[in-house]
Amino acid sequence: MTDAAWETLSDQAVAAAGVVYFLALLAHLVEWASLREVVAAKGAGAAAGSAGAVIVDHGGPDRDGVRSRRVAMFGRLGLLLTGLACAVHFVSLLSRGLAADPNRVPWGNMYEFTLAGTFVVTLMYLVLYRRFTLAWMAPIVLAFVLTTLMVAVIWLHSEVTPLTEALNSYWLVIHVVSAVIATGAFTIGGILSAVYLVKDRRGDAASGPWARVPSLAVLDRVSYRVHAFGFPVWTFAVLITGPIWAHEAWSSYWNWDPKEVWAFITWVVYAAYLHARSTAGWKGRNAAIVALVGLATLWFNFVGINFFSTNSQHSYAEGAPAIVMEER
Amino acid sequence: MTTPSGSAGRERRAGELTPRELGRWLWRQLTSMRTALILLLMLALASVPGSIIPQEGVDSVKTARWQNEHPDLTPVYEKLGLFSVYDSAWFSAIYLLLMVSLVGCIIPRTFHYLRAIRAAPPAAPRNLTRLPDHASYETGDGVDDVLTRARAALKDRGYRLRPADDGADAVSAERGYLREVGNLVFHLSVVVVLVGFAMGGLFGYRGGVILVEGSTFSNNLTQYDDFEPGKLFSAEQMSGFSFTFDKFDVEWQTTPSRGVMARAFNADLTYRESLDAEEQSYDLRVNHPLTIGDTDVFLIGHGYAPVITVKDGNGVEVYSAPVPFLPQDQTFLSFGVLKSPDSQTGQIGLEGLFYPTFELIDGDPVTVYPDDLNPLVSLFVYTGDLGLETSAQSIFALDKTNAAQIMNDDGKPLRLDLDLGETATLPDGLGTVTFDGVKPWTRIQLSQTPGKEITLAGVVLALVGLLGSLFIRPRRVWVRAHRDGDVTMVEVAALDRSGGGDVVPVLEELVAELHPSPHGKEKA
Repeated sequence: MTDAAWETLSDQAVAAAGVVYFLALLAHLVEWASLREVVAAKGAGAAAGSAGAVIVDHGGPDRDGVRSRRVAMFGRLGLLLTGLACAVHFVSLLSRGLAADPNRVPWGNMYEFTLAGTFVVTLMYLVLYRRFTLAWMAPIVLAFVLTTLMVAVIWLHSEVTPLTEALNSYWLVIHVVSAVIATGAFTIGGILSAVYLVKDRRGDAASGPWARVPSLAVLDRVSYRVHAFGFPVWTFAVLITGPIWAHEAWSSYWNWDPKEVWAFITWVVYAAYLHARSTAGWKGRNAAIVALVGLATLWFNFVGINFFSTNSQHSYAEGAPAIVMEER
Repeated sequence: MTTPSGSAGRERRAGELTPRELGRWLWRQLTSMRTALILLLMLALASVPGSIIPQEGVDSVKTARWQNEHPDLTPVYEKLGLFSVYDSAWFSAIYLLLMVSLVGCIIPRTFHYLRAIRAAPPAAPRNLTRLPDHASYETGDGVDDVLTRARAALKDRGYRLRPADDGADAVSAERGYLREVGNLVFHLSVVVVLVGFAMGGLFGYRGGVILVEGSTFSNNLTQYDDFEPGKLFSAEQMSGFSFTFDKFDVEWQTTPSRGVMARAFNADLTYRESLDAEEQSYDLRVNHPLTIGDTDVFLIGHGYAPVITVKDGNGVEVYSAPVPFLPQDQTFLSFGVLKSPDSQTGQIGLEGLFYPTFELIDGDPVTVYPDDLNPLVSLFVYTGDLGLETSAQSIFALDKTNAAQIMNDDGKPLRLDLDLGETATLPDGLGTVTFDGVKPWTRIQLSQTPGKEITLAGVVLALVGLLGSLFIRPRRVWVRAHRDGDVTMVEVAALDRSGGGDVVPVLEELVAELHPSPHGKEKA
């Protein structure tokens, strides 16, 4: 296959993945809608406090059974479609890498980074799906991934270009892959923290889709676990591989470049999150807020610094000068 | 005469503290987790301005430009240290306080840990069913049987057991002692990193030089175009190496969206580690620095240096050398200046643009390709006092305060457009300017970063400690059995001590082993 064919395949695969994500989202929305009906059919007599286990087939009226089965079926369908979309998403990444001459890792610019980041979010959701029973967050994750992919395709899309000389290093693989993985983990963790805050405000629901959301304690713990995975990976990306590469390419391992500064800020905020979880008065709600602040700094670093900062050596957004030249 | 236990003379009011008590209170406050947390958030916040306001140490040219554009804000910002945030007093204060807080936190914790590491797991609480995670079952086996099995099972899982007391009806077990080690290692490593970082800042240096192809650089201060030493740097640290920039290679590539860009460029060097050392060669590229002793040599950028010869009105050659022009964008349209030394017929200054592949499109001069396929220099001419003797000068700027621009017959500024090999004669008998050739130049950066190995080791150690402190899950497990008529009642409880662990599966798995058919199992 020619490079152009690979590039076309990548673009088509992104579109296909988007469609399948959308179908998966629809399936999960039907699942949620059916949950409402189950509860409505059971009437006000539904026992309170059965959090996390609303799909209980009591063998009651037939309609109930049918609806529970529908809930389960659409849940499975949604999961299946998500898996399929994730696979297609992977194809798009792979062909993007093969479209470049010479072949390279598919994260040389913002579009590719977004593509890779959303892929990691989906993958991480699927990997953790069973372990942390994440079925309840399916529509949120899918809506996020779908929206981000659309943004990437509409505003960030760029043609395949070879890497600039400064990016042409095997550290690109190690440094960026760890940054992408950490970004994916922090995103999932951030969603969990956000849901924690909403649940903290709204309180437990006896019924409906909201009742599937696990208890505050579980949300807090799962969020912590995901963050605890992301933090060392981020440390590796930002404080080990980043400086090593910076030393190779720019002669100094820490330059206080805006991107570095914000990566450091993100690191410090997440370090604060880990501390907050074991500090009286900061547990729970405040810790969740700190985690969301961390996520905000992370995304700002990715979006904001690339577009608004002109003096970052990391600015690989479109229009950035491609030559490596420092005026001093 | 005041002691903490009370003063003899007068009554102490509520909340009154002796200096010692106040000191202790302050220390406690400083080393508390809450303070550390707030300091961390403050550190994050304090880092923000440095990413928005141009920083002297990062980009001095840009900072100077910004200061010119904001005359009102500049003095205020200067007072606040906002142009060098990361070595300002207030930024330093935050991270130094954080370090004090950290050290004040980890030292007592280390002692505490050293005591705890040898301690046996605590005795079982009286009422295991009051713990949040517990299970109980009945069995026909005897009490001793159950406890022996529990001890064996827990030992297999790597738990430390409390030595069996006489007549004890319970087993106490604990694991995950290394979590705290990880925690301590992480926090200590942060201090190590900071020490390494400070060493680099204090004893290191960074300098740069623009070298034209064929020229030689020997490592001493006079040869640098710019030089930023650390506060404690001494010139004796510089080793006496030298290198010659023999040849420059660049490979151009046409891309659909970004135009033509340099895909790969490299500089062939021959170098000697010291005056009498053997000559070696190195192919210097971006991302592939050359290390000579403690010094690293980097290729940072490249450009064109048109070779220009200036003769004065008497035909005497006053200048003949390559003049590095600064690329303005990736088309390599470049800007540069030439200052000829004084001569009998007057000083000559040239300022203008270099087009690597010149073409006139719709009357506009442009360069259509970054390679030097059809080079052209386009220069304005100045004469008068160029301030060569009076001021320290940038090689990319012409001091025109006391100089006059040469005009042509129409009264417009005279512009010399010279193709390769062309010579222009200046009016008023000033002399001639010849464009003899083009040579590539590279910008070479040299730096010493002492302590970088310490920093790296510190970060790696911090990561290892971090992994330990995040993924080692300390927990305690208790098993209690007592006889109740014909059956033995067994209670099992587990307590997560990491704040992130889920001990329910641990409990279930343990009970499943102790009691293979868990009928009658009850779980909270």
